[in-house]
Order: sequence, then structure tokens, then C-alpha cells
Amino acid sequence: MSRPAMSEILAEAQRRTAEHPFAVLVWVDESGYPMHRPVPFEVEGDTIGLPVTGGPLPPEGAPVAVILSRIRPRPQGGYEGRRYWTFHGVAHRQAGRLMVTPHRVSGWREDELPFLALCERAVPQARRYFELLSRIHGRPIRPRLPLAGMLMRATRAPFLTATVIPVILGAAVAFHEGSLLVPWLGLTLIAAALIHLGLNVSNDIFDALSGADAVNPSPTPFSGGSRVIQYGLLGIREMALLSAALYGGGILLGLGMVLFRGGMPLLILGALGLLLSIAYTAPPLRLAYRGLGELAVALGFGPLMTVGTYIVQTGRMGWPPLIASVPIALLIALVLYVNEVPDRAGDAAAGKRTLAVRLPARWLAVIYGVAMAAVYLSVGIAAALKLMPVWSMAVAITLPMAISVGRALARFPEQPYALIPAMATQIRLHLYAGLLLTTSYLLSRWLGPGGS
Amino acid sequence: MSRLPEAVEALLEAALVAEFTVLNERNRPVVHPMLPLYVGDGRIYLTSSVLFSRKLYHIRRNPRVALSITDPIAAPVERWGTVTIQGEAMVLDEDPHAGWLWLLPAWARKEPDIPRLVKNRWMLPLFWERAVIAITPRRIFHWPPGGTGDPIVYDLTEG
Repeated sequence: MSRPAMSEILAEAQRRTAEHPFAVLVWVDESGYPMHRPVPFEVEGDTIGLPVTGGPLPPEGAPVAVILSRIRPRPQGGYEGRRYWTFHGVAHRQAGRLMVTPHRVSGWREDELPFLALCERAVPQARRYFELLSRIHGRPIRPRLPLAGMLMRATRAPFLTATVIPVILGAAVAFHEGSLLVPWLGLTLIAAALIHLGLNVSNDIFDALSGADAVNPSPTPFSGGSRVIQYGLLGIREMALLSAALYGGGILLGLGMVLFRGGMPLLILGALGLLLSIAYTAPPLRLAYRGLGELAVALGFGPLMTVGTYIVQTGRMGWPPLIASVPIALLIALVLYVNEVPDRAGDAAAGKRTLAVRLPARWLAVIYGVAMAAVYLSVGIAAALKLMPVWSMAVAITLPMAISVGRALARFPEQPYALIPAMATQIRLHLYAGLLLTTSYLLSRWLGPGGS
Repeated sequence: MSRLPEAVEALLEAALVAEFTVLNERNRPVVHPMLPLYVGDGRIYLTSSVLFSRKLYHIRRNPRVALSITDPIAAPVERWGTVTIQGEAMVLDEDPHAGWLWLLPAWARKEPDIPRLVKNRWMLPLFWERAVIAITPRRIFHWPPGGTGDPIVYDLTEG
């Protein structure tokens, strides 16, 4: 590193650790132990001046490190703005001071590298450490999670709202028309959830095999997969068994519903849904890799689930659930779209050409805005044409959430961790809009279509 | 192991961060900010995630370490001054999943939110796979408040 750059780093480090009165001078003392000495410090260009009197001191010309740090707890827990710098150099005495001109600097600034990113970068180190531990202790040692936590993580169960919304919406449309079979609704929810979780697990398997998850430099709690394979928590084989068990359970329940409630129409919809879920990341179709992930997700978590649930409830096909599913299909596709934005670099490196990868960064927010406009327009037009209850217009109250997501996409298209709140907001937006639509059908049944 | 001087114990019990130094293969100091834990048995405990385990390799090779508490805001007991502790460290990592959990109450006294985060460890699984670093102090250098010159030195190797 050039000296001017070091002087800039020193000046910044001094400015940003101003509340901490001491630097810590570190060296190896004559007994072979590291020694620390807290000392006031001054920065002079590319040199650190340490006014020291008495006490233990490093010998003239000894290699030393000087630590400048800042950590401040937040009253509500956690820390804000953690940062530290370690400057490496050689100590020289000069007029009652120790002078250190650093030749190397290391450290961490949380505002530059968020804690989650820091942890993710260190995963290979953790994997190597488990290998060492296994050798030292003569038995396999690997990271673990309690069963419930492991299932939660491996299946990405918190995303189940994507399934719950279309299913209860389909049931609400059926209830609007006078049919509601609660036990069958429960079974539909379980079957759809099992297929969804099976899809999540198989998605991770294929993304691990393709390398898309491994090369993702910035996974977040909402994107980049469950990472149980990358973390060494589960192997591909265990994940394959889990996926097969989930799919198997979902298919068995689905066949039961075909047999007793839905007949051929439900069989066709179910088969199509299953095909989409497998083809999402599995070869040869790999829809997500071809920019068709949004379409697959919109179909699967929109009309297929909503209409399928309606068939189970009423025993017949119909247009009303298809119309009701349009806004939530768009919204769930947008959940995927927003979640793809932080993965753009990793997906592109792995050849996973998602829609977010294909679009230039400046277009991400524009496309989002157009699609969200389509959501609200679809509801407004359907309500105006009396194809949806007028109560469904309440979905408009989610508009501020959509605006905040759009703004985040416009401001941070290249900053994965800055998008975490936007990803969470989009998931809540789908949930709230879905609940409002569902409620609108219930209210319309109880109070009449116009609320009169 | 006998207890440590009162001022040093007070600092260890209050500090949210300490500078912890290990020696690398070239015998050069490598410094990490760490949360020190003290349970009153005369030893100082740290826990290190396997994610940041390079320091554990260094301790295995050379157990000589030092730890200091210097930040009066992160360690809100200003009247006790600052301290440096030299000692020998031992890595306890037979069970990184649960072998450190006995230190959780001491950790929670400093960071009350930690038990909730551990309960939801599935959200950050590798961070909660941890080794314990147990430091047996050999020499303590205590600078009383305002002092940065000659420290009070406690040599614990003498008995």
C-alpha cells in the first residue's frame, strides 16, 4: 500500500475512533508473551506518535502493532458501527515518543463489510476447522442444529406464506360461493406446503450441484438458498432424501384429494404444479436459469394453488379463483424477483440467468414498478367489473410498502445487504395483500358484494 | 486458581470488548477484539466461532497470549483504569455445538439478547458453533485511572 493511502487510512481511523482515548501498542516482550500497552496517540501524516513515559516498552526497532478500535453497544442490544484497525510497523524512539510508520494495515469496518457478509466469507475457514477437529479428536465432528431448527433452515419453512395465501384465497372464493369444507382445506394446506418445502429443498440441491449457491458472495436471510449444504450441516444425499419425503407426502395427499374431491381437473393442475416445481431448477428445463423462474412461481403459487383449492372445496372448475389469483401471482413473482437482486453476481457467475441477472441494474426498479402497478390495476379493474368484491380495493393500503421496495431497488441495486429490509417488506406485502384479498371475499359473503 | 485483584475482576466483569493477541507462526502478534468472560475462578474465558478460528490454530501452536481492556465506554468502569493480562491459553473444542454453553449465563449478563439468539441459532448456524479459550493469567499490568506510565504489576507465577 502506498504511503499517501496509509496516511489517509490513519487519518480516518483516528477520526472514527475519537471516543476511545487510547491506542493499544502490541509487541512480543522478552519473556515471549505478547504485551499490550494502552497509550494516547497522535497521527502525523503516515506515522503514529505514541507519547510514552515509564512502564514496559518494546525494544528499539521491534516489530509492533497499533490497534485503534471502536465498539459501542446499542441500548436495545447489539452494537452499532463496529470497527477496528491494526497497523503493523516498527517502533522507533524519538524525543520521548515511540514513532510507528505502518507498512501494513488490517481490520474490519462493519459499515463496509456487514457482519453477515463477514460470517459468509469465513465459511471455508469454518469447514477447514471442522476437518481439523475431526482429525484431532479421531471422530467426525460437524456443525449441528436441533431437529426443528435444521428442518426450518433446510426447508426454508418461513417462506410458507407463499403457499398459505393462495390456498386460503382459493378457499375464500369457494366460501364466497357457499362452499367451505374445513377438513379438506387443512389437507390442501398440508399437501401444498409439503410440495413447496420439497421444492425448496430440491432447489438447494440443484443450486449446490450447479455451483450457484457456492459462488454466491452475498447470501442474505432471504436469498442465496438455505446454505445447509455449503455449511456442512447436511449432505446432498440427506437433502435428496428430505426432498423425496416431502414430495412423497405431498403427492400422496394430493392423490387422495384427486380421488375423493377434485377428479381429473385437479389431477391435471396438480401434475402441472409438480412439473413446474421440479423443472424450476432441475435439468433439463431449469426454468430459473433461463429467466423463467418468475413465470413458474407465478403460475405455481398463483392460479394453480388457488384454482386447485377451489376445486377441492367446490368439486368444480371456475373463473372466479383464476381472477382472484392474478394479483397474488404477480406479488409472489415479485418476491422472487426482489430476492434475486442480491444474488445477481453469484447467479451470473454460475450461469443462472435469472430475470434480475438479465436486466441492467437501472431497470430493476422500473420493472418492479410496472409489475406492482399491474397488481393494483388488476384488482381495481376486477373490482370495477364486479369480478372481485369491492372490498378487495383495500389492497391499495399496501402501496407505501411497494413504494419503499421500489425505492430500495433504485438506490441499492448493487448492495445486497442494503436490500434485506426491502426483501422482508416484499414478503410482507404479498402476505398482507393476500390476507386483504381473502378477507374481502369473506366480507362480501357476510355483508354483501358492495358492503351494504 | 486464586481470584484476581479486585480492580481487574471488575474490569473483566464489565468489559464488552477486550483486545486479545495471539502469536502467529512468525511469532508476530495478531490482535482480535473479543468479549471477555469471567466466572470468578481466576481464569478468563473467551468463546470463538469456528468461522473465525484462525486464532485457535495459533493458540494450539503457541499458547502465550495477552488480553487488554482499554475502552472506558465499552467497559463502563472508568474508575478502574486499564489492564493487560498475559497468560497461557487453552482451546476447549471437543463439542463446538454445546461445549461452550456453560458460559452462556456469563455472556448474557453482558449481552442480555444472546440467549434469544442462541435459541434461534438456525438463523446463523456456524456462528454458534464455538470453541472456548481458557486463559490462565501469569502476569497482570494494571494502570490506575489516568495512568499510562508505570503500571502496577501482579506476577501470578510466584504462587
